[in-house]
Amino acid sequence: MTESAIAASSAKTRACKERVKYDWIAYIYLAPAIIILTVFHILPAFYAFWISTQGGRIRAFRFIGLDNYINALQAPEFWGALQNTVFYVLGTVPFTIGLGLIVAYLLFQKIRGRGIYRAIYFLPHVISAVASAIVWAWVFNPTGGVANRLLQLLGLPQQAWLLESDGVFKIIGAGLSIQVPGFLQGPSLALVSVMIFAVWQALGFDVIIFLAGLTNINAELYEAGKIDGANGWQLFRHITIPLLAPTIFFLLVISIIGSFQAFNHIYTMNIAASQSLGGPLGTTRTVSIFMFDQLYNQNRAGYATSIAILLSLIIFALTLFQFRFFERGGEGA
Amino acid sequence: MMNRDRILHQLTNLGIHFVLLSGALFVIFPFVWMILGSLQTFAETTTATLLPASPQWSNYEASIRAMNGSKPCVFDPLNPLAILERERGCIIVRYFANTIFIGFGTVLGVLTTGTLAGYAFARLRFPGRETLFKILLATMMIPGELTLIPNYVFMVWFPTPESLLATTLGLPGAEAHNWIDTYYAMIIPWIATVFSIFLFRQFFRGIPNELFDAAVLDGASHSRFLVSIVLPLSRPVLITSGLLTFLGSWNALMWPMLVTNSPEMRPIQVGLRSLITEAGTQTQLLLAGATMTIIPIIILYLFFQRWFVEGISTVGIRG
Repeated sequence: MTESAIAASSAKTRACKERVKYDWIAYIYLAPAIIILTVFHILPAFYAFWISTQGGRIRAFRFIGLDNYINALQAPEFWGALQNTVFYVLGTVPFTIGLGLIVAYLLFQKIRGRGIYRAIYFLPHVISAVASAIVWAWVFNPTGGVANRLLQLLGLPQQAWLLESDGVFKIIGAGLSIQVPGFLQGPSLALVSVMIFAVWQALGFDVIIFLAGLTNINAELYEAGKIDGANGWQLFRHITIPLLAPTIFFLLVISIIGSFQAFNHIYTMNIAASQSLGGPLGTTRTVSIFMFDQLYNQNRAGYATSIAILLSLIIFALTLFQFRFFERGGEGA
Repeated sequence: MMNRDRILHQLTNLGIHFVLLSGALFVIFPFVWMILGSLQTFAETTTATLLPASPQWSNYEASIRAMNGSKPCVFDPLNPLAILERERGCIIVRYFANTIFIGFGTVLGVLTTGTLAGYAFARLRFPGRETLFKILLATMMIPGELTLIPNYVFMVWFPTPESLLATTLGLPGAEAHNWIDTYYAMIIPWIATVFSIFLFRQFFRGIPNELFDAAVLDGASHSRFLVSIVLPLSRPVLITSGLLTFLGSWNALMWPMLVTNSPEMRPIQVGLRSLITEAGTQTQLLLAGATMTIIPIIILYLFFQRWFVEGISTVGIRG
């Protein structure tokens, strides 16, 4: 026992003396991961800039300079897609985080059956988008779908859902006999239907992350708050929310990044509702859908890459902005 | 006074259960709907029927047949492997076999590269350790959208190892074959992730130094220490990382769709996506197909639910 302790400490001092005693074998351990990541993750990011200057098909590329970018920035489809993407982010991220927080907070109240609730809420997250889109496309089917059946029971007019290119606010306005001006008509009902599907699938993830965040809050704080006579809402507002701020920020950042790249939900819903990519009048065409369509159906790899780069720049700028904003907010609080 | 408090408490509890239960019903109803719909007739699917008049189990057979190019499945006991072909067998079996093969291949790769690199970053001293790790973390910012097309171009360019060998040796009839429509394309690009390296590094840093010192005194090399002491302790991180990788691989859609051409190479999600084209508006067949593809993953989820949840929580806390 003592002998090994002495040996260990002498080994330590020896390591301190001979400062350059490296484990060169480390590079062999790192090699597989570094090679794969370099070839398929880092190099492609740089190579993308080169591809974006190419015209023609993949096996017959030719250099065309910045034409792809100029074309993209001049294409109304690109700006339409960007607008749809912003609608999609604004319509899914706050709702998922808000609902996730409510569900997690309620689950955290030492409720019976907590494990079962948690398992159910998380279930959609493990199911593939294709399989769930098939059901949701059926739910929103204008003939025989549950959504219209529900409207019928409520005495509301039937809707075309995934086939509807009119903005939701226009539809709601029409129901109330209000004429909504063009720029306030909002995302198409088709895009809103996809958003409902996306919130349904993402909710469980946020619940789990919030539960982990709530577990980390010291229970004594709540006790102290109660002794001071705070009610449930005050505890939530002045203890839970501020201490969950890092969790909310984390979810905000990754959800915004994820939603800006939204592809699977929209693609599968378009396909399952037997529509062309982009939905009715292109109102579900997000930037990723636009990119994929150009690559897969139009064979324009260079053009599609320039769109991917523009999207990446937007995501990057937005993430930086969020970090700046959060740092400032953190200092202020 | 006490009594009133208790009643209030009970009422609050009831309210909470009401809200949670409504939410849970909203979450679970599409699954119930999927199974009920998969047993309905086509006419029933167009009239918002809840329960089928008589369960149409034949929908499942019809769905499998639609995937198979409208031919019934064949199993020839004399040539059992032919079941993996669309023309002479049953393509859905091939879809599942592909998905499982790709899933296990990817998991094995991710765990191997993650363990080795995580160990190096956590336990070994070498020049540039911190810089290299920071660079890796920074590359997590690269969005998948950006690398998709360049990687696709690589798949068109890269020769498969066996075709490269054959052409280099000048074997008769040797032809260069690229990675399109191969398992390489669906496994190799995904066998290392920064995220799992990060998970492994964090976990290995938590292993007490005493264990390591003792092993060194016994004359153990790093590889011996890693295999005989570290790995047996690492079950949680192996399971978490493995499950999340397998799930991602099982549900992947865009990439396998891009890099496969023949039905024989499709994983199940691409197969299901093709069924939408093949079965058209026959909703009940699509629902039967969807049900078949989610059953394995639901079973996996029920068994490993705790690990999934804990894995995701770690993501949140450490991310």
